[in-house]
Amino acid sequence: MINPWRRFKKNKAALFGSILLLIYLVTALFAPLLYPGNPSAPNLAKALERPSIKEPLGKDELGRSILGRIIYGSRVSLLIAIGVVCVGLFIGVPLGLISGYYGGKVDFGIQRATDTLLAFPGFLLALALVAVLGVGLKNTIISVGISMIPIYIRLVRGCTLSVKEQTYVEAARALGTRDLTILFRHILPNVMAPITIQTSLGMGTAILFAAGLGFLGIGVQPPTPEWGAMLGSGRPYLFHAPHVATFPGMAIFFAVLGFNLSGDGLRDMLDPRFKS
Amino acid sequence: MFQYVLKRLFSAIPVLFGISLLLFFMLRMLPGDPAQVLAGQMASLEDIETIRQQLGLHRPVLVQYGLFLGRLVRFDLGRSARTQHPVIQEVWARLPNTILLAVTAIALACLFGIPAGILAAIRPYTWIDYLFTSMALFGISMPVFWLGLMLIILFSVILHWLPAGGTGSWKHLILPSLTLAAFVVAFITRMTRASMIEALSQDYTTTARSKGLKEEVVVIKHALKNAMIPIITVVGLQFGLLLGGAVLTETVFAWPGMGRLIVDSILARDYPVIQGAILIFGLLYILVNLGVDLLYAYLDPRIRYD
Repeated sequence: MINPWRRFKKNKAALFGSILLLIYLVTALFAPLLYPGNPSAPNLAKALERPSIKEPLGKDELGRSILGRIIYGSRVSLLIAIGVVCVGLFIGVPLGLISGYYGGKVDFGIQRATDTLLAFPGFLLALALVAVLGVGLKNTIISVGISMIPIYIRLVRGCTLSVKEQTYVEAARALGTRDLTILFRHILPNVMAPITIQTSLGMGTAILFAAGLGFLGIGVQPPTPEWGAMLGSGRPYLFHAPHVATFPGMAIFFAVLGFNLSGDGLRDMLDPRFKS
Repeated sequence: MFQYVLKRLFSAIPVLFGISLLLFFMLRMLPGDPAQVLAGQMASLEDIETIRQQLGLHRPVLVQYGLFLGRLVRFDLGRSARTQHPVIQEVWARLPNTILLAVTAIALACLFGIPAGILAAIRPYTWIDYLFTSMALFGISMPVFWLGLMLIILFSVILHWLPAGGTGSWKHLILPSLTLAAFVVAFITRMTRASMIEALSQDYTTTARSKGLKEEVVVIKHALKNAMIPIITVVGLQFGLLLGGAVLTETVFAWPGMGRLIVDSILARDYPVIQGAILIFGLLYILVNLGVDLLYAYLDPRIRYD
């Protein structure tokens, strides 16, 4: 039996992903220390200034520091990533548990609703929901979060179907344990591994989706420094100031790469097929 | 087979019903009067009243839903609040462009992804495997709109080889389809690698090798054919992802497709068009998945749908 943590440490890609995530987290948590100024304060005299030693990533169309906005943008994208997976987790996991545990009509109802949501590609669903709810940070989190719910329902339902047949669940039932206790104290801890993996991968997807909405101008609104919106606002200046659109894209790429590599590493670490 | 097609078509009915419910309540969830929303910002009181009467918005909700379903069955999706053209006309005008883009992208992705996955699988844990799997991971993590912009900077701004956007010639198709292909090639490469590694470890592959068949024959005729089902599944699923990606790619490259129509409609709050375009995307996705299911039966003789 190889220790899962040792297996994770031996996985160089996963370690690299974790380092990327650590940099991202530290940047988000210590943003005011890393960039003491106001990242939204315009300075039109320095609009579209190219990268220099003083300003390593240059200035945007309103003369704001791109580095400062990327640093503060990490907070926004972290908030989005956490908010989105919370929506997916808090709604999708209980529904998946109930659907898998009870079966029958309850399962049929939940699964048909899930099918409906899955009939739309995730980004399109988020787009449709934004069209209804309106733009802004809160609505972006809700819309992208709802698009994640069916994934959690399907995942947790599948795992619950196999876990509920285990002897310890049968024993708990035979002892007269309440269904709620069985669901959350006996089944949930045993389906946590796939949920953890999905959460890591889901955070990357959440950042991508939210950045996509921001890029289209229907996500987080300016002056909030959101990476996708920054990229979108740099698009008109692509020909003479490509740096405005380049650096926010790199920030999105490395954050998502970090989550994906860590998610893959977690899969190797927690997947029962790799345990022996 | 015919029975199976019918069965699959019937199984799509609850999903279609769900989609219709979602679209129906989409407008009802909006703050304010749906008739006002459908008529647009500049509509007169008479126009709003006419729409209210036409759609039966003064009737009970269940009757309204019945009327909505009736119109949906006849593909009467109303009129655009912006142009006043029938929504179905607006959608049909854009749909071929999106299908052209999506099909070209899927073809490019398969053309690169499947050979890359095979090469990675026959040389696992070598530099070639790491190269292709790293490329796949980069592709999954890359924002499609950023990649599009970077390709424009390289091929249009610096090299002046290709147009930065619009339509008109085959050259206009290259950058948007490459961008979209990069979006899905990663999934195809990863799935091909995983299912080929599994197929290559099966008994029938060992038997084929022990018969003295050439390695190319073993890989292509024995392993690949058996590995194709998960690959086809992932290609089918990626089609949905492509439709989502098309929204962004079409915006980056000013490609006049359905994705751009949706974005423009959201920005203009043109709800009938948003409803219509999303409905068509949903239908398209269901049809592609049905096609994928039918391909299974063709590829795997063990699957006989009775």
